[in-house]
Amino acid sequence: MTQVKSTMAGTVFTVNVSDGEEITNGQVVIVLESMKMEIPIESEKDGKVATIHVNVGDFVNEEDVVVTLED
Amino acid sequence: MTNSSEQKRYNEKLETKLQEIFAGGHSKYHDKQKEQNKLFVRERLEMLFDGGMYTEDARFANCEAGDLPADGVVTAMGKVNGQTVCVMANDSTVKAGSWGAKTVEKIIRIQEVAEKNRVPLLYLVDSAGARITDQLEMFPNRRGAGRIFHNQVKLSGFIPQICILFGPSAAGGAYIPAFCDIVIMVEGNASMYLGSPRMAEKVIGEKVSLEEMGGAKMHCSVSGCGDVLVNTEQEAITQAQRYLAFLPANFTVKPAVKETVSAKVGPALESIIPENQNAPFDMYAAIDALIDEGSFFEIKKLFAPEIITGLARIEGQPVGIIANQPKVKGGVLFVDSADKAAKFITLCDAFSIPLLFLADIPGFMIGTKVERAGIIRHGAKLIMAMSSATVPKISVIIRKAYGAGLYAMAGPAFEPDVCIALPMAQIAVMGPEAAVNAVYSNKIEAIEDPKERMAFVMEKHKEYKEEIDIYKMASELIIDEIVSPSNLRNVLGERFRFYETKEIQQPPRKHPVYPV
Repeated sequence: MTQVKSTMAGTVFTVNVSDGEEITNGQVVIVLESMKMEIPIESEKDGKVATIHVNVGDFVNEEDVVVTLED
Repeated sequence: MTNSSEQKRYNEKLETKLQEIFAGGHSKYHDKQKEQNKLFVRERLEMLFDGGMYTEDARFANCEAGDLPADGVVTAMGKVNGQTVCVMANDSTVKAGSWGAKTVEKIIRIQEVAEKNRVPLLYLVDSAGARITDQLEMFPNRRGAGRIFHNQVKLSGFIPQICILFGPSAAGGAYIPAFCDIVIMVEGNASMYLGSPRMAEKVIGEKVSLEEMGGAKMHCSVSGCGDVLVNTEQEAITQAQRYLAFLPANFTVKPAVKETVSAKVGPALESIIPENQNAPFDMYAAIDALIDEGSFFEIKKLFAPEIITGLARIEGQPVGIIANQPKVKGGVLFVDSADKAAKFITLCDAFSIPLLFLADIPGFMIGTKVERAGIIRHGAKLIMAMSSATVPKISVIIRKAYGAGLYAMAGPAFEPDVCIALPMAQIAVMGPEAAVNAVYSNKIEAIEDPKERMAFVMEKHKEYKEEIDIYKMASELIIDEIVSPSNLRNVLGERFRFYETKEIQQPPRKHPVYPV
């Protein structure tokens, strides 16, 4: 299992992947809004989306897991 | 008078001794090096110096001991890119490159040679640390290992000091890279740590691998102790040569200007920067549009990537670039990014490399986590480094500079030689959304009809945008120049040439009190 973590504190602006989707290294999984900026959170591995842990509007802290991938 | 057969014997003895020294340690240690994809110290030196030629000092150190050729360190002078440099290079085939009394004395002496001749000093480190058996002779005394670090501090900013880490740099020895201007690390082999994993387990009970605790990748991406991560020793040496080409021999000389190379053919600057202030873009593409193609030498690429720091050339002139990266963490400044930029600015200022700030910054990060980590203290480091730099400084507001972000990126109050804005740039205490919220939040909440509320907010946004309009800023002499993106490279090239004679005297004092 690979975890995609938030790089900074902020609010979930969009969720860009869906359950079961095959994604690739570098793909944006969610976009945060923080400091009035849109912050893309990218996957660092290829994999299949197993769980999406956040919804639009949720507050996430730095290092929080936002998406889990099956390897 | 010696007869010819005696003379022959003398010569043969010398030749034998030299061959022993050049061979380094026992062949089994050479085999071990090969297994680790490491080169022998003399191969490294031949690769580094122009024509593979160098002059060596104290080559016969401990030559009577039998198993300590050169006492495990080669100290030499030679040329790199035609410039004289001094080098100390550990030989890890001799007692794992550890330091005995003569090793330390040799390192101190080459530091003294570099100081007297005012030339750069390279430390090619691959050493297990102190030889405990020699501690009385090499550890506590006036010319013991401590003197190496004392000299490094004395030489800092006087001559360039570069570390290439090929292997371990353990315990006290880990301070050699720490006091260098730049540290290049070979992935897989280089490591830096005060206590080995074995010691960590014994003393504090922690179980950890060497790579995790003190490996090259960790130091280049997490601790910030490493600056450039490379895959091979050859690449490490090539990068050191590239880096040296940007620097003068010492602080009294200016770095060399090269032939102009045109910028990389790619998307124009205006097409890279999105109009939406909040949308990310890739600052690397903007840098490519401004600098001579292929000239970028990035420092700390993997560490705190929300700010980009690197040496480059614009129309042949060396510049140090500090640029926010909106693609990572929105380009917001954090504890580590402030620290990274502060050290880079200090490096450039020490060796007369002009500074170019490319600002697209929403400000310093806020929130509990960063406040507890001392964001204010680290931000102060960056602002002090930028503020006290006396080299030519150009500040360009690429898209926005909000709050203390404007200050950190050499805003008008910090005496940049010019503060340039692109036509879409915004400068303000905060962005329009945040500002309208801050000033009118009670009023906005009091409006019950959502349509009416929206209309009120939009109206206030508009007023605010007019207030911070870039032409108003220029009209009030806040910014000095508005430049179209397609013209920016030419304007920068021209202005850096004009500021070549800039000189500022620091106020009379010993030194500022650094907010370390």
